[in-house]
Amino acid sequence: MEQNTESNAIMEMETAPTLLETTGPISALENESIYIFREVAAQFERPVLLFSGGKDSITLVRLAQKAFWPAKIPFPLMHIDTGHNFPETIAFRDKLVANLGLELIVRNVQDSIDAGKVKEESGKYSSRNALQTTTLLDAIEEFKFDACIGGARRDEEKARAKERIFSVRDDFGQWDERNQRPELFDMLNGQIELGQNVRVFPISNWTELDVWSYIQAEEIAIPSIYFAHKRKVFLRDGLIWSHSEHVYQEEDEEVLERMVRFRTVGDMSCTAAVFSEATDIDGVVDEIRNSTISERGARIDDKRSEAAMEKRKQQGYF
Amino acid sequence: MEVLKIATAGSVDDGKSTLIGRMLYDTKSLTTDKLEAISKTSKQKGYDYLDFSLATDGLVAEREQGITIDVAHIYFSTAKKSYIIADTPGHVEYTRNMVTGASTSQAAIILIDARKGVIEQTHRHFFINNLLRIKDVVVAINKMDLVAYSEETYNAIKSDFEALMAKRDYQEQRITFIPVSALKGDNVVHRSDNMPWYQGNALLEHFEVLDRKDIYNVGTPRFPVQYVIRPKTEEHHDFRGFAGKVYGGELSVGDKVVALPSRTRSTIKEIYAYDKKYKTAARRSSVTITLEDEINLSRGDMLVKEDDLPTVDKQFTATVSWMDAQQLRPGSKYVVQHGVNKALAKVDAVHHKIRPDYSGIDEDVDGLTMNDIAQVSFKLNKPIFYDAFKEHRTNGSFILIDTQSNNTVGAGFIV
Repeated sequence: MEQNTESNAIMEMETAPTLLETTGPISALENESIYIFREVAAQFERPVLLFSGGKDSITLVRLAQKAFWPAKIPFPLMHIDTGHNFPETIAFRDKLVANLGLELIVRNVQDSIDAGKVKEESGKYSSRNALQTTTLLDAIEEFKFDACIGGARRDEEKARAKERIFSVRDDFGQWDERNQRPELFDMLNGQIELGQNVRVFPISNWTELDVWSYIQAEEIAIPSIYFAHKRKVFLRDGLIWSHSEHVYQEEDEEVLERMVRFRTVGDMSCTAAVFSEATDIDGVVDEIRNSTISERGARIDDKRSEAAMEKRKQQGYF
Repeated sequence: MEVLKIATAGSVDDGKSTLIGRMLYDTKSLTTDKLEAISKTSKQKGYDYLDFSLATDGLVAEREQGITIDVAHIYFSTAKKSYIIADTPGHVEYTRNMVTGASTSQAAIILIDARKGVIEQTHRHFFINNLLRIKDVVVAINKMDLVAYSEETYNAIKSDFEALMAKRDYQEQRITFIPVSALKGDNVVHRSDNMPWYQGNALLEHFEVLDRKDIYNVGTPRFPVQYVIRPKTEEHHDFRGFAGKVYGGELSVGDKVVALPSRTRSTIKEIYAYDKKYKTAARRSSVTITLEDEINLSRGDMLVKEDDLPTVDKQFTATVSWMDAQQLRPGSKYVVQHGVNKALAKVDAVHHKIRPDYSGIDEDVDGLTMNDIAQVSFKLNKPIFYDAFKEHRTNGSFILIDTQSNNTVGAGFIV
C-alpha cells in the first residue's frame, strides 16, 4: 500500500465520511492539524502563521484554509526575510498571498542588522539563519502576537521529538524544556500570562514523507526549486551548495552545473541541494519514499544540522 | 495510511531502547550515518553484536545530563502503517509522563525482563495502561536469549502476569504475550527460529494486523463546538457553521440533535470538510456542521443526538493523576478543561489514593503530591456535559489547570 493521504484517511475513523458531491481524502493527520488550527483561533487573540515559503509552511496554509472555510484564514502570515532567500521562493510567496487574499507581514533581518541589533556573520560558513531570531522576537513584540504557528515536525530531530503542540515561551522567547506542560488526549492548554506567547506546531506528528504525500494528493503548488533543475553549485563537506552572491565560496571550490533539487528550503546560505532527476511531485515522492527505505541518512536536513554544528565550531576558531 | 500510536514505558536496563532500536533497524528506518555510528561504538565497547539502544542515544544523553525526560516521540513506518512510539521512562516518579504518553496512544507494550519476571514496575505499567483503557496491550517478555529461550520461563512469567490481570478494572482489555529478544531480533519484526514452541505473531506483526475495531471503542457521538465559522461574505452571507471534531460515533445529515446547555433541538443540515459536503462525519473527523434552525451556539457547547444525552451536572467524581509539585488539597480551585469547554472547579473531597501497583488504597489523605493517583470529587461553577470515562474516553476525561501558573497540573477520568 502506498503512503498517500487517501490511505491516511482511515486512521482513527470507523469509516471514511460518505461523500455527497465529490471525492477528496481526509487524512487522520489532517484532521488533527485542522483541530489544532481551530484551537489556535479560539484560544488566542492575535495568532500569526510564520511563513518561510518552504513546503511545510505551504502545507500549513492549506490546512488553515481547510480549517476555516468558507471564512478566510483569521490571522496574518509573517515572513522573517533574511534577504538571502531563493528568488523563486519570494515570487511564490507573493503569488500565494495574492491568490488567497491573505495578509502578509514581512520583517527583514537586514533592518535588524542596520539597527545594530545583530551582527552579520562573516567567513566561509556565514549565514543569516541564526539572526532571524532577533527579528522574529521584535516582530512578536511589535504586533503583540500571542501565538506563532510554525511548521516544525517532531521527526526532524531529537530535541523536536519532545516539543509540545502548544509550546509556551517566556518574554525572551525561551523554551524551558524541563518545565513543559503535559499534553493529554487532544486537550490543548493555551492559557498564558501577558507577555508570554505560544509556539504552535500543527504538523508535529507528520513525517517528511507525510508532507510530500499530502502535497501530491492535494496538488498543492510549491516553489520550483523543490523539483530537479539545472543549477550552478559547488561541493563542500559532502554537501551541494548553491553558487550565489549570498553564499561565501572559496576560490578553489569549483562551480559545477548539475541537476539538483532542494529537499528543504531555508535561505540560500544554509540550504544544501541533493542530486536529483525528479522533475515533478510524483518523482519527488518516489525519491523520498525510496530513500527512506534504503537510507534515511540521505536526509538533507540531518546533514544540514551537522553542517550547522560544524559551522559553529569553525567560527569559534576564527 | 493508518497511524498507530504505541505507548512504551520502561527503565534503562530492561531493554526498551534496544527493542525500539531493533524495530527501527529491522524496518530499515535507521539512517546509514546512524548505523555506522552504532557499529563503531559497539565495536569500541567490545560487543560482537550491534547495540541498538544507541539508536535512541539522544535519550540516553539526556539521562546522563540528568535532564527530566518526558514523552519522546519516535516515528517509523512499514508498507502498511505509520507508527508513533510514545516513549516514557518507567519509574514511579514518572507516573505522570506514563499517563500522558498513554492518553494519546491506542496500543501499549509492557516490557518484562525474562530473568526478573513480573516486578513492581510491571504492575505500574499495567495499572496505568488499564486505567487509561488502552484496548490492546502486548506483554513482551524480553531477553529470552538469556534464559536459553525457555518455554517454562515464559509460561511462568505469563501465569504471574495473568494473576495480575485478575485485579484489573478494565477486563475487556486485549492482552497478548510475546517472547522476544530485542538484542538478537527474535520475534520483534521477524519471527524467531529459536522458539519453535511459540506459534504467535512477532511483535510488529501483531500491530500490523490490528484492525481499527481492535483499538477503538465505539460509543455515542459527541460534538463539542470548537469554533463558530461566520464568513459574512456576500457568497456565504448567512453561513453559520459549527466547527469541531466528532467523538465516539458518527453524525449524519438529518440526525436530530440537542444543543447543550440550552437543550434547543434542531436537525443537522450539512456536514462540511473544507468545501466538500458529506453525508456522514466519521469518528474523530474535523468537520463543520450547519443546522436547519438558526440557534446560537458558542465554543464549549455540545451537539448530541436527542436519544442519547450525556450527564449534565455541576459536580463529578474522578480518578485524578496529579502532575504538579504544588499539592492538590480539598478546597483548592482549578480550571477544569473538559475537551474544549472550561469551568472553574473546587476540590470538594479527596476520597482515597490508589497505589498504582495494585497493592491497595490509602484512605487517610489530605492532599495529593506529584505522581499520586486518587479519587477526587469536584464542584463546578457551571454545568458541563460529560460521560463516564469507561463509557467515553474523550468525553469522560479532563485536565486541571492552575489558576496562578496556568500550567496543566493534573488529568482526570470521570467515574
